[in-house]
Amino acid sequence: MTNKTELFYLTIHEAHELLKNREISSEELTKAVLDRSRRVDDRVKGFVTITEGFALEQARSADKRLRNGEANPLLGIPVGIKDNMCTRGIRTTCSSRMLEKFIPPYNATVVEKLWETGAVMVGKTNMDEFAMGSSTENSAFYTTHNPWNLERVPGGSSGGSAAVVASGEALYALGSDTGGSIRQPAGFCNIVGLKPTYGRVSRFGLVAFASSLDQIGPMCRDVTDCALVMNVLAGYDNHDSTSIHETAPDYTKALKADLQGIRLGVPKEFFVQGMESGVKNVMEAAIRQLETLGATVDRDVSLTYIPYSLAVYYILAPSEAMANLARYDGVKYGYSADAPTMWESLQKTRQLGFGAEVKRRIMLGTYALSAGYYDAYYLKAQKVRTLIREEFRQAFEKYDALIAPTSPSVPFKIGEKAADPVQMYLSDVCTIPVNIAGIPGLTVPAGFSEGLPVGMQVIGKPLSEEMLLRIGFAYEQATGWQKKRPSL
Amino acid sequence: MPLTQEEVIHIALLARIGVTSEEVERFREQLSNILENFQVLQKVDTTNVPATGHAIEMKNVLRPDEVLPSLPPSEVLANAPKTEEGSFRVRAVLDF
Repeated sequence: MTNKTELFYLTIHEAHELLKNREISSEELTKAVLDRSRRVDDRVKGFVTITEGFALEQARSADKRLRNGEANPLLGIPVGIKDNMCTRGIRTTCSSRMLEKFIPPYNATVVEKLWETGAVMVGKTNMDEFAMGSSTENSAFYTTHNPWNLERVPGGSSGGSAAVVASGEALYALGSDTGGSIRQPAGFCNIVGLKPTYGRVSRFGLVAFASSLDQIGPMCRDVTDCALVMNVLAGYDNHDSTSIHETAPDYTKALKADLQGIRLGVPKEFFVQGMESGVKNVMEAAIRQLETLGATVDRDVSLTYIPYSLAVYYILAPSEAMANLARYDGVKYGYSADAPTMWESLQKTRQLGFGAEVKRRIMLGTYALSAGYYDAYYLKAQKVRTLIREEFRQAFEKYDALIAPTSPSVPFKIGEKAADPVQMYLSDVCTIPVNIAGIPGLTVPAGFSEGLPVGMQVIGKPLSEEMLLRIGFAYEQATGWQKKRPSL
Repeated sequence: MPLTQEEVIHIALLARIGVTSEEVERFREQLSNILENFQVLQKVDTTNVPATGHAIEMKNVLRPDEVLPSLPPSEVLANAPKTEEGSFRVRAVLDF
């Protein structure tokens, strides 16, 4: 290693080489990352909790395993985990007053898998409260700042995870994605993010938001790292009845630097009205690059039901959320407000424990499911969901993957959309259709507009993560956008 | 059709969320605006289209009915605001 001061900006595979060859120790790497946090996190605010003592303990135990000749790729590598995944003995807040003091008595399956592989957790990352939002401005604690421009949002809801990877405060992070919460912030922070097929990664121990849409995935500095993390996360889990019963492949085998024979489609509906011209220009250059790499690109694809995705999502997700969040009653765990009667304390607990956006969505879901409105809203949305899914299925008979922008804009200014929920919801217009159809979506850095990152989204059929990673890998090998780092 | 304040109060009651009068008016405006955006779905013909609950279809996910260890009560109760004799303490549900 030539420059040890920048250990915190290594990729997983670079750090792994150094660890394996004993050029650095995990403790040294972890300290470099924690030092970096000390220098930048007062500006970035990516973490809710920094777990320094715990991380150093894990690092020393990883060093012992490395000395014994173990060499799995995530062993000894510092990771940030979104604060909606349960970590035994370490508070898991969902960036909500409701869970501010919640200490989970068990680990999420993904956390358990990371512990087994010898990962080193440096902290729990900030997010929009209960993962509801696109900017981290809905965190009950504070807003995370985009490392590329501190006056801008990092995206959300996994904004803390994206920001700490981009700022050198973790080598990679876990995020969760219900309507774009991995991909939109990854795109906003110039990193790679993958939302796997629904059910590919266990949701056990992920605090539930919308159960038919939620999925955990990796947020990394390049596609190779993404494949390495997926190798650990993916697989069946008998604690999650929606988890897919299929053996996960070795995702690194899919990484090839050319796209000969790959058929791509570009659905025009993703280039929505009001999309920034800078984003459009980046996308056009990216699509030409994919052709240069050997792919055939059909630019005239139309998925006619895509424009209905946003309405479908904002009926289904709040409906599922209102049921999931009924558990916060101030009795079993979490914030509890006192009042003279049971009903009053329940209402007061939820009034003071939840933030504005969470309450808005619970109420929206309550309305959509209430007597007299169920058919017009919830059932109608589920039927349109079928049409969206079916249209994607037909497209994948012709194309190996679809290409779309990850977001219609570059990262927006903090405060710019906070007052208008509908404007904020539009920020996820390019990512939401993927969750509705349950299919995988990858975002890779594709360039800059106004000095701010733009992500390209690659969408595939169920369980086509290998194809997506291959396309992303070939693209990043050719362009190198993922190697750009912010100046902090 | 915009919501009325009475409807918002009713929804808040169903959701068991206490609301101030300012919140009622703010939610009324915001929820009305959001619901208006949903009207676009009424234009879609969904005759004979089945509903999708989960995008990846699965049926009858079962596992053997085996007794496995669970968390000790002390750990389960550790996060509870109030406990008594190994149980969650709640306020009286019924008045006598």
